[in-house]
Amino acid sequence: MIELRQVSKTFPNGTVGLKDINLNIQTGEFVVIVGLSGAGKSTLLRSINRLSDVTSGDIQIDGQSITSASGSKLRSIRRNIGMIFQSFNLIKRTTVLNNVLSGRVGYHSTLRTLFGSFPKRDVEIALTALERVNIREKAYIRADQLSGGQQQRVSIARALAQEATIILADEPVASLDPLTTRQVMDDLQRINRELNITTIVNLHFIDLARDYATRIIGLRAGEVVFDGSVHEATDEKLAEIYGRPVKADELLDSSRDMQGVGVV
Amino acid sequence: MKSDTNLADSTPIPSISPSSNYLITNGLGNTKRSKRIATWMLFIVIIVVCSIYIDVTPYQLFVGLPEMGVLLKEMFPPDWSYLPTIWAPMLQTIKIAVAGTILGAIPAIPAALFSANNITPNKWLSLPIRTLLNLVRTVPDLLFAAIFVAVFGIGPFAGMLALLFFSFGIIAKLTYESLEAIDPGPLEAMTAVGANRIQIIVFGVIPQALPAFISYLLYTFEINIRAATVLGFVGAGGIGLLLNQSLGLFRYDRAATIIILTLAVVLIIDYTSTSIRRKLL
Repeated sequence: MIELRQVSKTFPNGTVGLKDINLNIQTGEFVVIVGLSGAGKSTLLRSINRLSDVTSGDIQIDGQSITSASGSKLRSIRRNIGMIFQSFNLIKRTTVLNNVLSGRVGYHSTLRTLFGSFPKRDVEIALTALERVNIREKAYIRADQLSGGQQQRVSIARALAQEATIILADEPVASLDPLTTRQVMDDLQRINRELNITTIVNLHFIDLARDYATRIIGLRAGEVVFDGSVHEATDEKLAEIYGRPVKADELLDSSRDMQGVGVV
Repeated sequence: MKSDTNLADSTPIPSISPSSNYLITNGLGNTKRSKRIATWMLFIVIIVVCSIYIDVTPYQLFVGLPEMGVLLKEMFPPDWSYLPTIWAPMLQTIKIAVAGTILGAIPAIPAALFSANNITPNKWLSLPIRTLLNLVRTVPDLLFAAIFVAVFGIGPFAGMLALLFFSFGIIAKLTYESLEAIDPGPLEAMTAVGANRIQIIVFGVIPQALPAFISYLLYTFEINIRAATVLGFVGAGGIGLLLNQSLGLFRYDRAATIIILTLAVVLIIDYTSTSIRRKLL
């Protein structure tokens, strides 16, 4: 369970990133965070694994405060949280398998990882993770040889190899085409359901959010302005989140057909 | 030239219309040209002033040129019988360069890691090391060699040490600059995975920076091979000692043999190293 208590973040230049956020996210939920760019979606997600620090408030992961943790305590909390990035952030010059194995480093001593000698069990975990995202046959190929969609699946496999109980995905499909977008979202959903991994995804596309989420959180100017089920997230409600009617390029399906034709 | 500049200056900045567009580009072209001419003039003035101050005149070239012919005549044919004698010092030269480059590259790795701001955000750590690197690079390799000959005595050890310091300076500097240019994404991903600082470096930094590092190492080796051939002039071992001797004894035929062999070795190493570096990047 993830609990955010009165979380606020102000950037050094005075910009308000997050404003008094209170959220409880239960194990196994598939949460999609929507909002305009600059609304604080990324900041919120990155504060959950403390890639960025909050100014005040407390974030607890399964009862442990990540905001006050440091050193090995912080690293062991992070180990349980997989993260998926818009730009994949793979180590391009090395094999897919090595990339997935890098998700295991949190379990081993520095000395052991220094020589890249992972135990056999880790290799099995990594291969199983690749199997789950249907690219096991690419295990020994260099990561930069793969297409964007395949690279994103490698990064999902890396999160799985972590044996994470939470997956954070920051705009995971923003640099993918519509078809691979669906495939990657399907992978995330399947993993969420089969392994009961709490999944929090930042998305730009409203229709995609409705298709996959069990819960939608709307952010505007760093504040939670909507928090409810997919059914409650009507067009009117979303218009409130955005402060204006939903635009065509915020719908995956219309942006696939053509750039903004006939959608409000 | 003057009128050209005037024309450019007086060209009004008008409302954009196709006809006035021509005028603008024409005017800009003229200022550009006059600037270029001014740059060249300045350049020539600097050369003339400098050569007057240090007594460098074309006259010397005219006087010296025939001497050059005499020297070349004395060099040919090269004394090939000298070749067996210079093999060992030539090999020693290569060994000095190899040892100096590699032993300099090893401490360059931590120095580069501690200098790169994205890996070591602590300014109190990175700044002193950067300053040290800058200091090391201000000392020419021959000066290092002369100092070490004075400290450790005549011989290849002083030369190796000189190249060690020299390589350390270059490799560390070039590597930390390319470290600062690596993609921060993988580092962030490794942080998110729960990796510690060393694990982030091993998995996020090294795979990205290794090709550049090896390329700089080879490049420095190319420089060092050349440097090693003249180290002997200050008594720091290698083929330079024999070259210095041959020149001092007016045995230009022997000097020619040394120069030709050096040229061949440098060419082979340069070619090999360049083709490896091309494959790396």
